[in-house]
Amino acid sequence: MDKIPALELKNITKTFGSIVANKDVCLTANKGEILAILGENGSGKTTLMNMISGIYFPDAGQIFINGREVVITSPKDAFDNGVGMIHQHFKLVDVLTAAENIVLGLEGRFNLKTATKEVASIAQKYGFDIDPMKKIYEMSVSEKQTVEIIKVLYRNANILILDEPTAVLTPQESDKLFDVLRRMKEEGKTIIIITHKLHEVLSLSDRVAVLRKGEYICSIKTSEADESILTEAMVGKKISLNIERKEPNNPVDRLVVKDLQCLNREGVHVLQDVSFTARSGEILGIAGIAGSGQRELLEAIAGLQHISSGEITYIDPKTDKHENLRDKTPVQIRQLGVRLSFVPEDRLGMGLVGNMDIVDNMMLRSYGKGKSVFLKRKEPRDLANEIINSLEVVTPSASTAVRKLSGGNVQKVLVGREIASTPTVLMAAYPVRGLDINSSYMIYNLLNQQKANGVAVIFVGEDLDVLVELCDRIMVIGSGRIAGFVDGREATKEQIGLLMTKNVSKPHSEKAEEVTQ
Amino acid sequence: MTADKEKKVRDPLFHIIKRGSIVWWKSALIRVAAVLIALIVVALITLLITGQNPIEMYKAMVDGAVGNELRIWNLLQDTALLLIVGLALTLSFKMRFWNIGGQGQIIMGAIAATACMKFLPGKVPDFAIYLIMIPAALIAGGIWALIPGLFKAYLKTNETLFTLMMNYIALNFAAFLTFRWSKNSGNNVIGIINRKTHEGWFPEIGGNGFVGRTFLLNVLIVFVMMLIVFVYLKYSKHGYEISVVGESEKTARYIGINVKKVIIRTVIISGAICGLAGLILVGGVHHTLTTDIEGGRGFTAIIVSWMAHFNPLYMALTSFLIVFLEKGAIQVASSPSLNLDDNFANIVTGIIILFIIGCEFFINYKIVFRKKKGGAS
Amino acid sequence: MFEAFLSKFVYVLTSSINNGMPVLFGATGEILTEKSGHLNLGIPGVMAVGGISGVIAAFFYGQVPEMNPILTILLPMLACLLGSLVMGLIYCFLTVTLRANQNVTGLALTTFGIGIGNFFGASIIKITHVDIPSVRIDATSKLFKATLPFASKLGWFGEIFLSYRFLVYLGLIIAFIASFILFRTRLGLHLRAVGENPATADAAGINVNKYKYFATCIGSMIAGLGGFFYCIDKNGWSNDTIEPLGWIAIALVIFAIWKPHMAVVGAILFGLLLNLYDLIPALGLNIKFPQGYDKLFKMIPYIVTIIVLIITSARKKREYQPPSHLGLSYFREDR
Repeated sequence: MDKIPALELKNITKTFGSIVANKDVCLTANKGEILAILGENGSGKTTLMNMISGIYFPDAGQIFINGREVVITSPKDAFDNGVGMIHQHFKLVDVLTAAENIVLGLEGRFNLKTATKEVASIAQKYGFDIDPMKKIYEMSVSEKQTVEIIKVLYRNANILILDEPTAVLTPQESDKLFDVLRRMKEEGKTIIIITHKLHEVLSLSDRVAVLRKGEYICSIKTSEADESILTEAMVGKKISLNIERKEPNNPVDRLVVKDLQCLNREGVHVLQDVSFTARSGEILGIAGIAGSGQRELLEAIAGLQHISSGEITYIDPKTDKHENLRDKTPVQIRQLGVRLSFVPEDRLGMGLVGNMDIVDNMMLRSYGKGKSVFLKRKEPRDLANEIINSLEVVTPSASTAVRKLSGGNVQKVLVGREIASTPTVLMAAYPVRGLDINSSYMIYNLLNQQKANGVAVIFVGEDLDVLVELCDRIMVIGSGRIAGFVDGREATKEQIGLLMTKNVSKPHSEKAEEVTQ
Repeated sequence: MTADKEKKVRDPLFHIIKRGSIVWWKSALIRVAAVLIALIVVALITLLITGQNPIEMYKAMVDGAVGNELRIWNLLQDTALLLIVGLALTLSFKMRFWNIGGQGQIIMGAIAATACMKFLPGKVPDFAIYLIMIPAALIAGGIWALIPGLFKAYLKTNETLFTLMMNYIALNFAAFLTFRWSKNSGNNVIGIINRKTHEGWFPEIGGNGFVGRTFLLNVLIVFVMMLIVFVYLKYSKHGYEISVVGESEKTARYIGINVKKVIIRTVIISGAICGLAGLILVGGVHHTLTTDIEGGRGFTAIIVSWMAHFNPLYMALTSFLIVFLEKGAIQVASSPSLNLDDNFANIVTGIIILFIIGCEFFINYKIVFRKKKGGAS
Repeated sequence: MFEAFLSKFVYVLTSSINNGMPVLFGATGEILTEKSGHLNLGIPGVMAVGGISGVIAAFFYGQVPEMNPILTILLPMLACLLGSLVMGLIYCFLTVTLRANQNVTGLALTTFGIGIGNFFGASIIKITHVDIPSVRIDATSKLFKATLPFASKLGWFGEIFLSYRFLVYLGLIIAFIASFILFRTRLGLHLRAVGENPATADAAGINVNKYKYFATCIGSMIAGLGGFFYCIDKNGWSNDTIEPLGWIAIALVIFAIWKPHMAVVGAILFGLLLNLYDLIPALGLNIKFPQGYDKLFKMIPYIVTIIVLIITSARKKREYQPPSHLGLSYFREDR
């Protein structure tokens, strides 16, 4: 088969201030091929693709499309050259309908009706399911992704770039997406998929290009690759990808949640009849499609979400006293002597204050101690230095604004602070999202250490491979209800995936709440 | 070949990147440059409008601002008056509460102070007038800020517009009172209150030979206030809470800060300090109430606070700069040869402020030219 | 009985429409600006500059012995549009190109614009050494205030619908056209997308800055006409009276939930409230207030605005919210 290069990159370099995001990257994608771009978080995959789709402009280097050099200074240039990108964070306008979003930015006659028809025919051709008149803020994540893909197809893109498209999908939805992508490939389109998930690379792509720390490492034919080759290329050294899982040591009930119900502002149930028990010395995993009520559940336990009915009981390890945490504020919970730590999903928006330095962020939990009206910065400074040393946080100093740290280091600061208060319950929501492999494993180790210390750990994750490797028990949640419990040592991903979509009803969008702020 | 040519044409000439950080002297240099360019532009505009020699004009400006001892004291006092409003508003701004209702809060403080001066003498002992007047002004200003604050805390009502509307309610209330309280009903002038007895007037410091005797106390009050606000924001638990709430309400709730309480507490303090400014204006400066007593400080102070990056100490500098320019420009405008309207000063300061606002871009971003690399600032 | 009521009603309605018109221009302009994601608190300044530019042009042309009616209309309007366009461009350059803080820029522009208005309002004579006691533009404003001659002959129908000067119709037409463009055309779709989510609009190939400039400058020009309308009404410049109207225009945007056709209704209501004290006799109310109480009546529009603010904030309906990206600057390479 003749390989015709559809896209060629030559010596692309891009820097942000002193950070080199891409250095001398050369890459080729052929016509009718699925090329996977593999690399850890922070390896420069997305930046590279953003330069092809016109979001960024390269500092140096050339881009060739169908053998002709092009200059792409804006997304419009990219469309004109047949390049379309589906971003990880969807680029959709919430208050507009699917059809309005799809025609957004196009020129020529404005006719929403004909556009709607065309959208329907594209959807039919590739097997999508979509309502063109539905507003984006009423859609589920996979629906939004469908809109994104159709948007690109509507513009006759021949080179499609997908940035981590499966991050928010269930395994079943991912399979469906892959089918669509294969169909497009058969039509002669070039598909570039950015990912850090090895099994996706192996099952979908024809060829893999690996990036590491902003540099192009190699490309490999998928048929000649396996997991260990790819991992080595990606990380640069051989590492074992096994998470250690010890048997829980004498588990006792620590947190009992019973018949929990929560409503959102529109009066819709975000949590319904949720009952479970978290035990000491055990990691309880929570699996589910993003926005199925995971955040509300953790926030309800932490005293941040109003509970309409149900009970949350904390059992004190020393006194064996039962404390009801319902309707208590975070401060009241702490005053009861409950040592509850919470690593929220939104690190810089909730767990930390981005514009404050590490020292001031250490004070967040403890600043109120004591009668003085003034702050004491000595203890937090010591704690900050301790965490920087023990967790190998890369930072110029303890007085650097947290916002300026990389994702992994931000998370180390947050987790470090939450663990420093010697919790008895530790809740962590998506603690490795966006982290490179080394940082991820450091977080897993920290969770395991806490488990060994007898802490009841609740871990909300999205990577099912990790959940089944790390957790002792896994609770699957769907549309705010419990879909089932599985044993972490016996369950398979497929089993969990099926449970995730069991309660399919009207999905509530995660963003609905932010809108009103 | 042709492709090359085409490329050159379409290559962007420059593009903009965000700076990671900037050394202090560079940012200072950019700001100074901005002010200088603004002064040149002002000179050109003055030349255009009046035909006056720009150098003569700047000489007149400096003379107008610091030409004699009285002018220096006036300059200091007006700097202080602008600064105290800036301090008040900064407390709100740090919390991302856009209090642009300084005007109304100052006026309410001034109204309360005037009422005490007007109605208390003879009914309570002289010293008690101060004891009532001070809290009355603080409370009046505080309440005027509290009303939008309450709605912000409980309903997230947009405070920018709410506080703005409160300005005009206060202003019309002041207009109503100046009418009702005026000596000859209907002329809208209250006149100096307690001209002979000086009841409720701030005490003078120093003897008759000291030009600054009526100014010094006002300046001192504001100076102390500046230190208090600085320490409060930087070293107190309250100040820390304000920062957290301002940066992220979600974080504040996550760590158990009572966000509503912090908002309400802070806007009351913010409004009360504006009320204090009103008190100084009545008790220490004008000894009467007029509808324009606030003198646009509520708005100008927003710019003062923002230009100083919400740092109380820098704010002393930015207020000084603005007042200096205003005083100078008024002097230029009112010089016998020109005899222009006072509003000339607003145009001058407006232009300079717009330049300073614009120069922030060059502090936060860098322009990189495609061929020869290097920052342009 | 009915006749009397009708004539009172017609009088109150027509004068409210006239009085609300500057605010309507301001609000329509501000809606366009806000839809692009920019909160322009400089509107009072823009209106002041628009007003004074028109007044200056009218004043100068008024010195010409033989005034051509078409030029008498056109020159001041062009000057007004030009003056407010310059203000819009200053705002755009600072907030769009230089990404400055919108609140601060807007307020500075208001101070600046009001300063220009008051300064030239007072000094134009001194500067130009014209031998005239005060700036009056009676001749010009008379022309601008001309109405259809046959309107009064058509009874209440004519009074309500046909009795206005042409600028009133212009204001209404602009508001309805603005609504049509915003909600029925591609231009409007793109503009709304820019204000809601500029990153998305950008990725869709929309030139975000071009739209922002376009919306803000057109918006400023429309708002400037509001200032000019007011000056025509007053036969010249009057110090510090435009600023409060500018703020009410910004408040009206919220009242109208970012829809220009809703602003028409709001403008009539505000027109009523702004002159409520003077309209009391016309409303048939026989109440005598002590002297000075007219000042208290002037608070009413602001109080009503606050009530509207509170109500809209209490009802957290998605459609009632401001454009999501309002007040934030956009930088493509932000990360």
